[in-house]
Amino acid sequence: MNIDLSRRGFLRLAGAGVAATSLGAMGFGDAQAAEEAHVRPFKLATTTETRNTCPYCSVACGVIMYSRGDAKAGDKAQILHIEGDADHPTNRGTLCPKGAALKDFVNAETRLTRPRYRAAGGTEWQDISWDDALTKIARALKDDRDANFVAQNEAGTTVNRWLTTGFLAASATTNETAWLTYKVVRSMGILGFDNQARV
Amino acid sequence: MTNSWTDIKNTDLVIVMGGNAAEAHPCGFKWVTEAKAHRGAKLIVVDPRFTRTAAVSDYYAPIRPGSDIVFLMAMIRWMIENDKVQWDYVKNYTNAAYIVKDEFGWSDGLFTGYDEEKRDYDKSSWDYVIGPDGFAEVDMTLQHPRCVWNLLKEHVSRYTPELVEQVCGTPRDRFLHIAEMIGECSSPTKTMTSMYALGWTQHSKGSQNIRGMAMLQLILGNIGVRGGGMNALRGHSNIQGLTDIGLMSNLIPGYLAIPSEKEVDFTTYMSSRGNKPLRPGQTSYWQNYPKFMVSFMKAMWGDSATADNDWAYDYLPKLDVANYDILRMFEMMNNGQVNLYFCQGFNPLLSFPNRAKVTAALSKLKMLVVMDPLETETAHFWQNHGIHNPVDSAAIQTEVLELPSSCFAEDEGALVNSGRWLQWHWAAGAPPGEAMHDTWIMAQIFLKVRELYRTEGGAYADPILNLSWDYADENEPTPAELAMELNGRALEDVYDPKDPTKLIVAKGKQLLNFSQVQGDGSTMSACWIYGGCWNEDGNNMARRDNNDPDETGAFSNWAFSWPLNRRILYNRASADLHGKPWDPSRKLLEWNGEKWTGYDVPDISPTAKPEEVMPFIMNGEGVSRLFSRGLMRDGPFPTHMEPFESPIANVFNAELRGNPVARVFKDDFEQFGTSEEFPIVATSYRLTEHFHFWTKHNKINASLQPEFFVEISEQLAAERGIKKGGWVRVWSKRGAVYAKALVTKRLKPMQCGDQLVHVIGVPLHWGFMGAARKGWGPNSMTPFVGDANVETPEFKAFLVNIEPSTGEAVS
Repeated sequence: MNIDLSRRGFLRLAGAGVAATSLGAMGFGDAQAAEEAHVRPFKLATTTETRNTCPYCSVACGVIMYSRGDAKAGDKAQILHIEGDADHPTNRGTLCPKGAALKDFVNAETRLTRPRYRAAGGTEWQDISWDDALTKIARALKDDRDANFVAQNEAGTTVNRWLTTGFLAASATTNETAWLTYKVVRSMGILGFDNQARV
Repeated sequence: MTNSWTDIKNTDLVIVMGGNAAEAHPCGFKWVTEAKAHRGAKLIVVDPRFTRTAAVSDYYAPIRPGSDIVFLMAMIRWMIENDKVQWDYVKNYTNAAYIVKDEFGWSDGLFTGYDEEKRDYDKSSWDYVIGPDGFAEVDMTLQHPRCVWNLLKEHVSRYTPELVEQVCGTPRDRFLHIAEMIGECSSPTKTMTSMYALGWTQHSKGSQNIRGMAMLQLILGNIGVRGGGMNALRGHSNIQGLTDIGLMSNLIPGYLAIPSEKEVDFTTYMSSRGNKPLRPGQTSYWQNYPKFMVSFMKAMWGDSATADNDWAYDYLPKLDVANYDILRMFEMMNNGQVNLYFCQGFNPLLSFPNRAKVTAALSKLKMLVVMDPLETETAHFWQNHGIHNPVDSAAIQTEVLELPSSCFAEDEGALVNSGRWLQWHWAAGAPPGEAMHDTWIMAQIFLKVRELYRTEGGAYADPILNLSWDYADENEPTPAELAMELNGRALEDVYDPKDPTKLIVAKGKQLLNFSQVQGDGSTMSACWIYGGCWNEDGNNMARRDNNDPDETGAFSNWAFSWPLNRRILYNRASADLHGKPWDPSRKLLEWNGEKWTGYDVPDISPTAKPEEVMPFIMNGEGVSRLFSRGLMRDGPFPTHMEPFESPIANVFNAELRGNPVARVFKDDFEQFGTSEEFPIVATSYRLTEHFHFWTKHNKINASLQPEFFVEISEQLAAERGIKKGGWVRVWSKRGAVYAKALVTKRLKPMQCGDQLVHVIGVPLHWGFMGAARKGWGPNSMTPFVGDANVETPEFKAFLVNIEPSTGEAVS
């Protein structure tokens, strides 16, 4: 299956060839030219294909994402279409009602686009810059840790734990995000640490 | 999963109990359809509701929520009574022959050693008799009255088909029909697979539900074989990965443990681990524990972890309780003992039990930080949404920061599917607006905190200042860099201990797999079980060769499966004692006189002789456990326990409430309801059109299932005067919801002895954010109590009441 020309690319080329030859064989030379002039090119022909897996359940169906622009090449790429990956051994191209609507999840109106802050007692969000938000968080972490870090228990045993701050990690993030999160959380001595596997 | 999605095609019988795969895992369920169509496999569904899985089953039986152990123990009893046992497997590959201490016993629903005050067992009697040679005593004839097999026979003798009918509400004839179908799979050439999910885990005795089926599968010889196994259908795309990497209160990556404060130093910590073999010649793979642990510490703290400082053992936080799990943290939060809380892609306001308590707890925080691609209910817990979130914003003093993160389509890395496949994926687009990758956000938080400690000093800064952070761009470590750390690399030249002239792996090179992990500090490996995922061959998780020689369903060159690219766990057990496959048509491994050969990576040393080394190498016994010694808090065999809220008293002991050793906080005990006030059993579930609380943000899925409802039987509707599609109010001791009534034939009242039990269904997909109509979920009503071993909340069986509600519930 690891061939240069993907199955999808092959179908695309083959389909165009069939249309051209059948019209020509029937003696509609002019018609063929006219037809080619107004038939829109296949929409996905100019897109970049990227392989991914569905982010919902643990079947992890293969999906192909089609985007205008190539994210790998540094373009601000826009995802136009998502469908099942026919080469994937588990789902063989099929998707469920959730996977089939993935593009709408990616482009949901309620996607977050900027950091926001809600003050104590506030009724509205306020915009905040990334740097201000992260500075506020770091300050709060440092102050709480310094104030509440438990170096030793009552028996005098070194325990080095911090219980007044907790962290819930996400079971839809990658292993790599998970490992980096683990490093950061554990190095600070946090024990109130869990993810959806607990629920 | 012990097996994989694609392996299900090899089965003869599928039992879906504690799950609803057709609806919750539709494209994986396709492999059940495949087995039915091409192998003639049959499908059994046991569920309180006639689910969409049941709709395509060959045989269905109803069961009252929370009574699964009775059903499963009765099934084991029936197998033993009817000689539906794969004897060679049971004798050789389980601990059936092990002799148990004389003091161990069971009476009145409790095992020996119960302490009511502590709500805990003294488990010292739950163990083997150890002989003078230091090994466990066995009787391979299974005649000894104290051998596990005879104790199991006695234990299950109470679970008769009549008891099943009385406690589970499952008609006796349906139970017996299923028993006969399952019994056929005790043949070495027939196999059953168990597919389960949260229908089993979300109980105060969830772990014991699963053990019950695992024991049945062992008795039938169905573990380690193609088409068999215990297959947990995990609920999220990388819940397996996050568990593997140990993002839980008490875990270290690769199923190592965070130390307890009683383990004062590294030597003490190691003394209770690295289990010695319990029988002669057995592997007991955990003897490698020190290697995995030291290599993890090197991954965390590099040069700062040395033999002289106990590999930086002091840098690890030490537990004073079993767990600071989510329930405990929210209890502490509600008591004002937690100041800061982070939610990275997690929506606890809808995910945790007793939503009123969750809201009260969040309101006592100083700061809540939410990182998410979407506007979650948790990030908006302080915002008044009328009846759907009736809070007084001004009274809530919690500062909230909402940070926009990328979603899957904009991110690169590996997710681990239910079958343990690590599959790499690539980004196709950029995150919207100012949204950033989680790796960038976590790096920024860390770098800023580290900088504060560098400039200001502060409480025990060493583990922060010395955290290994060896990345090309410290502001955003790349997925490739992080994945390579998970695999591990040599920090020094590593030589073969048997031949010091032989270089195994050169300094700086990626380790081939975990066989190269060292305990002397010469290697680092963040998560030993992932060893091999990114070695000198490159990123094996990105492999896309979908060839499947002889169509075994293994797909061994697609992605990478932990451990060691093994596709079926315990696969040595697919062959008999002498190494011949039980079923030649389903060969997995075979001993060729010198080594193990076949379709999968052997789950044993490739040259381990078949009659000598037994298949379950992670256990000191070398065999699997029908009797789990003191490894579980609530018993070495599963014993029936009612849910904490139940319409029926425990048939063995009416005084027992729920799981007698489950942890319950004082206030929560007072918030349990009784069946006098709340006579109806409720259970929760997913719909195929939605994924948790995400898909209600997208218009297509919000249109497919736009509105919250509860599912009730025609009989209950008639009894309470509820109209199809009419409004109802449903309430428990902890909270109320308003919903449309879906009156169906899929639920029917169950006759349990002389009691008629009504069950209603509450789906979980609605909240007050997103594109769907505002609604509620089961967590407004569920009790704040978890499984005694792992603290998974009891979402699947609780008590409510229901009444028609006039007019629309307005917000």
